[in-house]
Amino acid sequence: MSINVDLLSSTQYFSGLDLAKVESVRPFVLERTATKGEYIIDDGETAEALYLVISGALKEIKTSAEGKELILRIVRPGESFNDIPVFDGGHNIASVQAIGSVSLYEISSTNMEIILHEHPDVALNAIKVIAQRARFFTSLVEDLSFKHVIGRIAKLLLEYADNRTESGIKLTQQDMAAIVGTVREMVSRSLKALEEKGIIKMNHHRIVIIDAEALREAVE
Amino acid sequence: MVELPEVKVELCDGCGLCLTVCDGEALVIIDCKACIIQDGWCDQCALCELVCPTGAIGFVYEIVFEES
Repeated sequence: MSINVDLLSSTQYFSGLDLAKVESVRPFVLERTATKGEYIIDDGETAEALYLVISGALKEIKTSAEGKELILRIVRPGESFNDIPVFDGGHNIASVQAIGSVSLYEISSTNMEIILHEHPDVALNAIKVIAQRARFFTSLVEDLSFKHVIGRIAKLLLEYADNRTESGIKLTQQDMAAIVGTVREMVSRSLKALEEKGIIKMNHHRIVIIDAEALREAVE
Repeated sequence: MVELPEVKVELCDGCGLCLTVCDGEALVIIDCKACIIQDGWCDQCALCELVCPTGAIGFVYEIVFEES
């Protein structure tokens, strides 16, 4: 299979470049596919390549010693992963697993260095990608450390459970995120944490408050 | 009855990413919007919700107190 220049141009690293430049980069790029559940890279291993997502979605994850999985981010078409260790020469900062069938373009660390030397436009795009990543992780740290999202979710659950019989309101996790001012992933984590503490019970259409008193305590 | 995710058509941009993660092939794109078709095929994995870049698809929850 050959590398498609238009698809390459649709990625953050090569967007805005004229096609001749993208064409000149093509020999440095390999195509790779993976099926659902397959790991593309493993946390802590030596970084060998940068990956651009052409189709499908992947999750970037950290796993605790107890086997608990934390999703750092979902990587979607046009986006990339493993940039940080490729640029700083360190080890992979997380594992990346395919959520469904995926198609990727792979550029080795060595080839990426050549491309950056030859194409300042790509280097500028790379700076933007890394800056966006820094912004994303800063926001994640803020949510995880300062914002007490669990407390706000607990408050929301109590309010909407009280009102349910009158309003019949049903919410998606995205709705809850919008209401409490966070991202859907944080809602998911908070609900999971409340469920693990035995305060709520969840299935795919219902959140049952088992211990209202403990939920009120979580608000404070 | 199998509970299905819902699509907020006003948010769906028709990217089709949800289709790539659905094992049951329960989703299709019609008129540039995700639509849920074969009810029985949804195994409620919620991966569609996880990958959706616009928050257009997801399970809706009612919030209730446990009946004593």
